[in-house]
Amino acid sequence: MSAFVIRRLMQSIAVVMVMSLIVFFGVNIVGDPVDMLINPEADQADIEAAIKALGLDRPAHEQYWYFLVNAFKGDLGSSFIFGQPALQLIVQRMPATLELAFSALFLSVLFGIPLGVYAGLRPDTLTAKTIMSGSILGFSLPTFWVGLMMIMVFAVMLGWLPSTGRGETVLLFGVPVSFLTLDGLRHLLLPAVNLALFKMSLVTRLARAGTREVVHQDYIKFARAKGLSPRRVVLVHVLKNIMIPVVTVIGLEFGGLIAFSVVTESVFAWPGMGKLIIESIQNLDRPVIVAYLMITVLMFVFINLVVDVLYSVLDPRVRLRDMRA
Amino acid sequence: MSALTEPGVPGRVGESDSPLRRFLADFFESRVATAAFAVLLGIVFIALFAPWISPTNPYDLATVDILDNRLPPGSEGFTGQIFWLGTDGAGRDVLSAIFYGLRTSLAVGVMSGVIAMFIGSSIGLVAAYFGGRTDTLIMRVVDVQLSFPAILVALVLLALLGKGVDKIIIALVAVQWAYYARTVRASALVERSKEYVEAAACLALGHRRILFRHVLPNCLPPLIVVVTVQTAHAISLEATLSFLGIGLPITEPSLGLLIANGFEYMLSQKYWISIYPGIALLVTIVTINLVGDQLRDVLNPRLQR
Repeated sequence: MSAFVIRRLMQSIAVVMVMSLIVFFGVNIVGDPVDMLINPEADQADIEAAIKALGLDRPAHEQYWYFLVNAFKGDLGSSFIFGQPALQLIVQRMPATLELAFSALFLSVLFGIPLGVYAGLRPDTLTAKTIMSGSILGFSLPTFWVGLMMIMVFAVMLGWLPSTGRGETVLLFGVPVSFLTLDGLRHLLLPAVNLALFKMSLVTRLARAGTREVVHQDYIKFARAKGLSPRRVVLVHVLKNIMIPVVTVIGLEFGGLIAFSVVTESVFAWPGMGKLIIESIQNLDRPVIVAYLMITVLMFVFINLVVDVLYSVLDPRVRLRDMRA
Repeated sequence: MSALTEPGVPGRVGESDSPLRRFLADFFESRVATAAFAVLLGIVFIALFAPWISPTNPYDLATVDILDNRLPPGSEGFTGQIFWLGTDGAGRDVLSAIFYGLRTSLAVGVMSGVIAMFIGSSIGLVAAYFGGRTDTLIMRVVDVQLSFPAILVALVLLALLGKGVDKIIIALVAVQWAYYARTVRASALVERSKEYVEAAACLALGHRRILFRHVLPNCLPPLIVVVTVQTAHAISLEATLSFLGIGLPITEPSLGLLIANGFEYMLSQKYWISIYPGIALLVTIVTINLVGDQLRDVLNPRLQR
């Protein structure tokens, strides 16, 4: 077991190293690091001081080493636009993105599981077929387009909900959140539904497939024969057994929600990390780009590591197969 | 297309039973798939011949009149022409812009799909054929890449490379190659152990010839399905990236960019500038997916009737 964890940990470190190499040499080879990392409006003396400070007068491998050491200390440069440390900027935006992602996750489970279980219990009804066609649409329609349509219908035509921003926020443990105020909830609803649609389709399909498999098992027949009410059979016996694949996929896909929040945040002007990175790319605010990429990669590698280790705890076959490979 | 023949069909196969004919008959059995295929043909036709069939050239400054800006669908322009789908903020005909946009979107999607297919299937073939350490290493890289969402990989590359048609094709190829590698490896692993490969090796044919002339053609059916699905995915991803303003430059307006341009007018009820390019994008993606679904059913030997 510990050998497996150590192997996976080493692999994760390797991935982070490779990514830092790609980002570092991407910045150094694709453009001149002087105008990538130093504010173009600085004067000559400042530029020379900055070149010395950043170690740009040294050979490439030494520079890479400095980059790593500084990154470890949490120093990823300062934003040209905001004049703040890049890392600080991203950490400030993180709560908004996480709030959006968790809300979307919550919605996709809240709606996905009942829809999927229903479609699995009565696969031949019209409702079930409609649910399944809807889930195909949820998969194939581009998120940004669905977001635009939602703005058009609910914000422009009907005027029910606001289309941009986060609304009123309150501090919860020192972190600003919108879901505790009515105004914040109104702002949160459209973007959260937009981000949730893809995952909701996924959860619906998984729940349906699981239900169809589970209802033919002996223990369901036994529960029925015992005279349990249909409600209890579904809510306890079916639901418990379809949760295993659903929970795994939710864990795996949480990273995807954070990545796709880039799109939703841009459409709904939600002030999170995703909107920040898109604006930084457009403004060529390179320190923020580098910092965002490093942080996101770290986050993903961490999520993948946790999921892999949990997997091997739940299913020993994964561990054994990996040992043989 | 030998893989399409059912193995174990004895005796001579009649002309009406040729693999291609049977394949076509199976494919067009579904009415939905036939309709989707017809619509897709129409879209490809529009994309190929956009400069000749568009009512106007939306990027020719001499014919575009700024006085015609933001006209609703069906209205008559300053010079008497009718704009069936209205005009955008610069007075361009939305219908013509959609025709040109389809051309760009399809070109980028198909090109990246084809390049990714060549690179990905070559890598997958090599992994399956040589096995051992080569295989482990390649598949580890594929697994690691597939653990990152496509949009994140594209974002990393575009942040480093900048805008441009070539850049976005590189990003889309980088996103897609791993799917092709995985698909081809899976079917090549099965083919590799078959006797005809052994026979070819006994004839002292080179690795390259065995791989590309003998193994690859037998891996085609699943590959064709992946090509259609991935092309739809590439078109959708390109539209998303262009909408975000980090994909194609304004000089190469794809559907995603047209939708982004109309976004600001949508808030003032001028919905047509954004919504019609959006419908064109949706129809393209949905028809490709429908055709892909039918191909999967027809080409999957387990489902063969």
